[in-house]
Amino acid sequence: MSQSAVSSSPVLTVENLSIDYLVEPVVHAVRDVSFSLRRGEVLGLAGESGCGKSTLAYGIVRLLKPPAAVTSGRAVFHSREGVDIDWNELGAGDLREVRWDKISMVFQGAMNSLNPVISIRDQLEDVFTTHRPEMGRRERRERCAQLLERVGVDRARLNAYPHELSGGMRQRVMIAMAMALEPQIMIMDEPTTALDVVVQREILGEITRLRDELGFAVLFITHDLPLLLEISDRIAVMRAGEIVELADALHLYTEPQHEYTRQLLASFPSLTGERGSFVRGGMDERLLALDAVQAEEPTIGSAS
Amino acid sequence: MTTLEAKDLIKNYQLGHGFRAATLRAVDDVSFTLEPGRTVALVGQSGSGKSTIAKLLMQLERPTSGQILLDGRPVERRGAGLARYRRTVQMVFQDPFASLNPFHTVEHHLERPLRLHHRGLTDAEVHRRVLRLLERVRLTPAENVARRRPHELSGGQRQRVAIARALAPEPGILVADEPVSMLDVSIRLGVLNLLAALQREEQLGVLYITHDLATARHFSDEILVMYRGRVVERGPADDVILHPQHEYTRTLAEAAPNPERRINQLRG
Repeated sequence: MSQSAVSSSPVLTVENLSIDYLVEPVVHAVRDVSFSLRRGEVLGLAGESGCGKSTLAYGIVRLLKPPAAVTSGRAVFHSREGVDIDWNELGAGDLREVRWDKISMVFQGAMNSLNPVISIRDQLEDVFTTHRPEMGRRERRERCAQLLERVGVDRARLNAYPHELSGGMRQRVMIAMAMALEPQIMIMDEPTTALDVVVQREILGEITRLRDELGFAVLFITHDLPLLLEISDRIAVMRAGEIVELADALHLYTEPQHEYTRQLLASFPSLTGERGSFVRGGMDERLLALDAVQAEEPTIGSAS
Repeated sequence: MTTLEAKDLIKNYQLGHGFRAATLRAVDDVSFTLEPGRTVALVGQSGSGKSTIAKLLMQLERPTSGQILLDGRPVERRGAGLARYRRTVQMVFQDPFASLNPFHTVEHHLERPLRLHHRGLTDAEVHRRVLRLLERVRLTPAENVARRRPHELSGGQRQRVAIARALAPEPGILVADEPVSMLDVSIRLGVLNLLAALQREEQLGVLYITHDLATARHFSDEILVMYRGRVVERGPADDVILHPQHEYTRTLAEAAPNPERRINQLRG
């Protein structure tokens, strides 16, 4: 949360990125999106289901599967060493090397992506055997233990299998795994949605602490705007594939420019303040207008 | 007008067997009353026993000890009495993606409870009531929505179908177990607001189970905070949230997203 960790130089620049789902009719899931992620920054990406925020994340790391395709634009990674890497120009082998090493990801429901029949230790060690083949066995073991401790899981749990851990602990293991190679960017897509509030708070605290410690940048994607307001330095609001507003947390909250941002801000009650107390007074049809039934067949991620 | 009272409810679960047997007390001496037009919120983190209480009220589980009273009389557990009870006490589940059958249309989902609980209605009358229910949960055009299947609706719309289904038997008590936690933040308020409006129209007694303190505060009259099966704090909604007495309530309040706290920091 401290501002000091953020520098002004970008670590990732996304330029005019557009992604289509090539189905009939074509769905424009991401439309001409541009933004830059600064070194050490937590950038929040807010939007409702189907607005294209996950597609954008997959697009940045080039994990899209057909029928999704990048139709224009590019994502450029600026490494610490001053080299620019255009993700579109990397071959399959290079991509495999760069992913996880420079950019890692924690996806929605990531805790369920652990292999149930392999121990946590072997799954963590796999990261090092793949990306750091020169590393000795003893060092590898030690690093894995340290990683677990860093996210607040006891190192004795290394020998455990995924089903022996709670959901929160599995999620922590995934975050530990994403940090294994000390990437410069972490993309987190709804990393805490499946967890309860107390565990969520612990994990968010962990992420911000590690960010301050290690200085990586985070692209944090969620539909939960109140949450983003708390942890992000800047917030981008996405709707129907476009970023409609991008501002720092304070400005977005106090002076929202776009009508849609105002709508989103009005759609959650406040815990301690007065805001939201009107809601029980009577039926407010405007609230349901956000979720109205479209007369014709709904199209995914598109308002047009 | 229905009143449902839970008195000294205790529920034990038996874990393991033989020498490794252990008892887990999921609900420990919980009492509360659901009155017409009032909402009681049950808050607590996962595993605190909230949903076990819902199961006890729905008679999906039997309490180890304690009583559930409907209008002052112990609830009936079989036969016509149970059928009457089911008509009076209805539930909205957490996951609208799982609680609706993907194979059936919206109309089918609403028709079933109507036919079960109001025998002898004509087909035309049933259809008319289905449309009326959809209009009441603001799913319009009702004719169009009735023909759809769950996958053609958004999460919020599905949850509104689930609410319509719960209202079909004309219950007096509604148990809502995390009714909006699977929905986008932006549409949660609309669904809760709808629920509150319907509650007032019907004078329903509502048990609102949630881990979200902010909505619990704004949508309920009384809040019960649960921790490990026990009610550690209870009182009028604003009192519990603004002046928490118990350590655990404070922990929960700290954990809840609270943009204002951060914004004040940024300003400061």
